[in-house]
Amino acid sequence: SYFISFSFQQRIEIHKLRQGDNLILGFSIGGGIDQDPTQNPFSEDKTDKGIYVTRVTEGGPAEVAGLQIGDKIMQVNGWDMTMVTHDQARKRLTKRNEEVVRLLVTRQSLQKAVQQSMMS
Amino acid sequence: MSAAMDTESTYSGYSHYSGHSKKAHRQGRDRHKSPRSKDGSRSEKSVTIQTPPAEPLLGNDASRTEEGQDDNWGETTTAITGTSEHSISQEDIARISKDLEDSVGLDCKRYLGLTVAAVLGLLVFLTPIAFILLPQILWRDDLEPCGTVCEGLFISVAFKLLILLIGTWALFFRQPKADLPRVFVFRAILLVLIFLFVFSYWLFYGVRILDSKDTNYQGIVQYAVSLVDALLFIHYLAIVLLELRQLQPMFTVKVVRSTDGESRYYSLGHLSIQRAALVVLENYYRDFTVYNPALLTASKSRAAKHMAGLKVYNVDGPGNNPSGQSRAMIAAAARRRDSSHNELYYEEADHERRVKKRRARLVVAVEEAFTHIKRLQAEEQQKAPGEMMDPREAAQAIFPSMARALQKYLRTTRQQQYHSMESILQHLSFCITNNMTPKAFLERYLNPGPTLQYDRDRWFSKQWTLVSEEAVTSGLQDGIVFVLKCLDFSLVVNVKKIPFIKLSEEFIDPKSHKFVLRLQSETSV
Repeated sequence: SYFISFSFQQRIEIHKLRQGDNLILGFSIGGGIDQDPTQNPFSEDKTDKGIYVTRVTEGGPAEVAGLQIGDKIMQVNGWDMTMVTHDQARKRLTKRNEEVVRLLVTRQSLQKAVQQSMMS
Repeated sequence: MSAAMDTESTYSGYSHYSGHSKKAHRQGRDRHKSPRSKDGSRSEKSVTIQTPPAEPLLGNDASRTEEGQDDNWGETTTAITGTSEHSISQEDIARISKDLEDSVGLDCKRYLGLTVAAVLGLLVFLTPIAFILLPQILWRDDLEPCGTVCEGLFISVAFKLLILLIGTWALFFRQPKADLPRVFVFRAILLVLIFLFVFSYWLFYGVRILDSKDTNYQGIVQYAVSLVDALLFIHYLAIVLLELRQLQPMFTVKVVRSTDGESRYYSLGHLSIQRAALVVLENYYRDFTVYNPALLTASKSRAAKHMAGLKVYNVDGPGNNPSGQSRAMIAAAARRRDSSHNELYYEEADHERRVKKRRARLVVAVEEAFTHIKRLQAEEQQKAPGEMMDPREAAQAIFPSMARALQKYLRTTRQQQYHSMESILQHLSFCITNNMTPKAFLERYLNPGPTLQYDRDRWFSKQWTLVSEEAVTSGLQDGIVFVLKCLDFSLVVNVKKIPFIKLSEEFIDPKSHKFVLRLQSETSV
């Protein structure tokens, strides 16, 4: 059997949780055009300077909404996130007047060959 | 005579007798002078590397240009050994009598060489003077008068001869450091060159000037001046060939002692093998720790035990197959499961611990002993006249308190035969005189030092033999191996050429040192 890797896009809607004075989403991001892309453990292409999800807190809004660690965030509420600095990405996610963020993420997946699954 | 040098056959240890010299007799006298402890060590009392200073040359002769009466002069001596002072066997007696006959021959050879060189030097020095004086003596009246020019030339000849004198004295009048086996090639070449040169000058002078009674005195004086100039140039050539050429390092030499593997590296220039051997030996006395046979007994006993357990019986008849036997033994020994490595490990660990313990006791004892001694200041000397001691007495006073610890430590590290009580006392008073701390006093005992540090009697290495497949006067080449053997061990010398280094440059503008920050931050949202 062999593995195929492909990526598919997914739309995720996260409802922010209020904690004190802050609205939190429950995950951490890494990456950005001002960062060092070679240190990104989740990207397949080490020159990819996009924004990646590096951690998802358990039970947080992001996990509930289906965000997974390693996802690449392509858009946030329609704003493009593939060519932004780290700080710009953070700002776009943490706007104070938004309670819901709609993310377009790309996820990589490994799947066994379809042929094998058909044979078994 | 010197053939024995190059082909070392293996006799027993005593048999390096290819040689001769009256030095054997001198050593005989020394033998009776210094009593030695009978610790069974087979040390040599034979000719050492340092030969006695040669007698100064005939006094006024000093401007021989190239020949030195000194080191490495061209006698072909071979290795000279003496006898052990404890036992003289029949063969030794036979050899001693042979030495007696040969020794006369050797000395004649050496003194002959010196005499020839001295005569040649004198001749060379006096030649320009003779060139100038002979016409004055023989046909003074016919000579053209030659006023200021000649006087100027006389002055220049005088000063050039003086410079030649000083130069030769500075460069070549040195005490011989060593006896080398073969003629020093460059010196021989230079001597021959000088001889031919002066001979041809005399020939020309005799034919063209003396016979024809040339009246042009100025020309004659100029001829003499040209001789002196040429001699100065030959002196320059001698400096370059004999001194400067070997200064630039071209080879790296690895010297390994055969008994315990201690090794060092040295850098040498273009030298002949015998001179390289001399350099190696001079550095050996300074750099290598002293050879201590007591430290080798452990490995020897292990090796003996290893092979002792196996015996080979030949059941196939009288056919003697030594290689088969040895192979069988080696195979059996390899297969035998023995725990000698275990023993070695624990033995070594144990020994280390013991040495460290004794060392600690020794250091403490010495420190305590040193606190008892205090140096008197000048004004206190009047106050306490009764207790004053000189360093020797002070040393004797504190020695007993540390003697036992020191002796035990030396026994454990097997150095006890290198330090006698007298030498320890002497060293102690030396340290006290020079205000040394206990640690400085102990430095000599805690680590085995180079051979030079110890008494001459304790050296196991005074007589050396050079074993080489190439001729010992040939120069060093890459890959040459030669061996310096003395009675108890040998130094294996491996010559390697310093590699050709290609160095290129790269210019970096200081303004181009610019940096960026490469981060990978993680922010939680």
